[in-house]
Amino acid sequence: MADVILEGRNLKKYYPVTKGLLQRTIGWVRAVDDVSFTIERGKTLSLVGESGAGKTTTAKQVLLLEKPTSGQIIFEGKDITKFSRSQLKQDYRSNVQAVQQNPWSSMNPRMRVRDIIGEPLAVNTKKDKKEIRARVEELLDQVGLNSSHADLYPHEFSGGQRQRIAVARALALNPKLVVLDEPVSALDVSIRAQIMNLLKDLQDQYNLSYLVIAHNLATVRYMSHSVAIMYLGQIVEYGDAEELFKDPLHPYTKALISASMLTLPEDEEKGVEKIILSGEMPSPLNPPPGCRFHPRCAEATERCSTEVPELRKRGKGNHWVSCYRKF
Amino acid sequence: MTEEVLRVEDLHTSFFSRKGVVKAVDGVSFSVHKGETFGIVGESGCGKTVTGLSILRLLPEPAGKITGGKIILEGTDLLQLSKKAMRAYRGSRISMILQDPMTSLNPVFTVGDQISESVRLHQGLPDNMVEPEVISALRLLKIPSPEMILHDYPFQLSGGMRQRVVGAIAMSCRPRLLIADEPTTALDATIQAQYIALFKDVQRQTDVSIIFITHDFGVVANMCNRVGVMYAGKIVETAATRDIFKNPKHPYTIALIRSVPRLDEKDERLYSIKGQPPSLMNLPPGCRFYPRCPLGEEICQREEPKEVEVAGGHFVSCWKVK
Repeated sequence: MADVILEGRNLKKYYPVTKGLLQRTIGWVRAVDDVSFTIERGKTLSLVGESGAGKTTTAKQVLLLEKPTSGQIIFEGKDITKFSRSQLKQDYRSNVQAVQQNPWSSMNPRMRVRDIIGEPLAVNTKKDKKEIRARVEELLDQVGLNSSHADLYPHEFSGGQRQRIAVARALALNPKLVVLDEPVSALDVSIRAQIMNLLKDLQDQYNLSYLVIAHNLATVRYMSHSVAIMYLGQIVEYGDAEELFKDPLHPYTKALISASMLTLPEDEEKGVEKIILSGEMPSPLNPPPGCRFHPRCAEATERCSTEVPELRKRGKGNHWVSCYRKF
Repeated sequence: MTEEVLRVEDLHTSFFSRKGVVKAVDGVSFSVHKGETFGIVGESGCGKTVTGLSILRLLPEPAGKITGGKIILEGTDLLQLSKKAMRAYRGSRISMILQDPMTSLNPVFTVGDQISESVRLHQGLPDNMVEPEVISALRLLKIPSPEMILHDYPFQLSGGMRQRVVGAIAMSCRPRLLIADEPTTALDATIQAQYIALFKDVQRQTDVSIIFITHDFGVVANMCNRVGVMYAGKIVETAATRDIFKNPKHPYTIALIRSVPRLDEKDERLYSIKGQPPSLMNLPPGCRFYPRCPLGEEICQREEPKEVEVAGGHFVSCWKVK
């Protein structure tokens, strides 16, 4: 049995849409609608999807920045949605840390690097100044910076270096799980590889688990052990990364992979065609009935517009798809 | 080869500040042919956007100045034109698409107003002829029910639709040259694929030449016929798209292509380029890539490499390439 560190069970997040003086609720935005997943210890799960798919909302629920409308979050076997505040602080929050997308806005420009990285230690531990100082320097070293950087301000660093500082801050409390929200998408191409390699090294070294939010599939393939493809608040395909990329089943996954694939002019001459989806993702305020993808799906049938397909296991490996197509 | 629409010769653009001179574009030359898409790829700060702005002469003044070179559009050197004459060129002969449609559209005017502005200004049509022209621009960009969208404000449209509207403004006067600066970066993957397919179609219909500025090699592969790879203010390699991917020569191009993870194969470890691009205020003598280059030799540190043609239409500036 796999060693599961965190499990999301039937997570939902509905935001009310209100109107008028009395703020009457006239509808719900179903940002996340019944999403379940597991993250194994020392492994990476990636949530992939386009804007509005609900991937960031899901991650925010894991970070307890959004309270789930319903559903459970099981961390190391315990349901944390039932935890008291002090229990959360002690057993959960310091174990689950985050790295944000944009290293230009995720740090206070008036704080020195030493204080940025040391803050979680000052708040959550009983370490004295000297101990914090030593730990900060150790962390800087781990992310490929050095102690001479500790007294500088964020503006004195490049994007890649800032993201290293953000990683150091996330690691300060020795977390077990790190949520990485688009960790490299704000960085330059030649710097992305450096950060991705760093994240992988740290994972191996400290047996960290990652929950990665990303829209770039190539990045995801490089980083992940398992992948969940999200569309309009739901997971449409889920499975081991290798299998999912080699043999994508859901028409949306196929289109997404095709869109991110490198096709050279000569491939086009050879007749390798890109799948180009028509239309755009509908509003989560009023999702289409049946399969949510059916209005854009080339293979949709009558049934797809009336019945909602469930996530079903396909093939031998760990590979789940919600689609009525025959495979 | 079809006729040449634009030729940029030895373009130099600098920014002057109290701290010193930033040589953003330092001797860039390339040409764009009719109906062709020329890609300029590079990382942030390499001068690709400034190259685009220089062609349009839209640099922020007085800090930014074109200090040398020629920009020849269909036989006319744009740098010799008066300000007034240049204004007539912008929008009608050359137009531009910017990265973020939400900031390039005016939020308080309708889509129709914004497209008709350039149509009125450059084509001098009577009022009753403007609307059909606007609608045909919207149709060219395959915007559904253009008669309705005309009266919408930008906030009522999705990101992909907004970027199509920006495209419609750019194409409304049927320019000969379109400069697209990261037009798909703000879009989602599937919408990006839609937009690129759409633009190829627009290009087939109008024969417009496109300069496509991007940092994304994937987009280059899908969209461009030829590419120039820029590093620290210089184009270090120019070639047909296929040759850039199949047979890259410059160590920077090779490293850049290798450091992008592939979707069709799993890499165990990504190749990464050590260090960061140099400051444009304080460039190293010799080859600019030398401090990060795995092949660097003594001569690279001392002298700037000259551009050599390694195969038909494939130019590289590197001492190690013969």
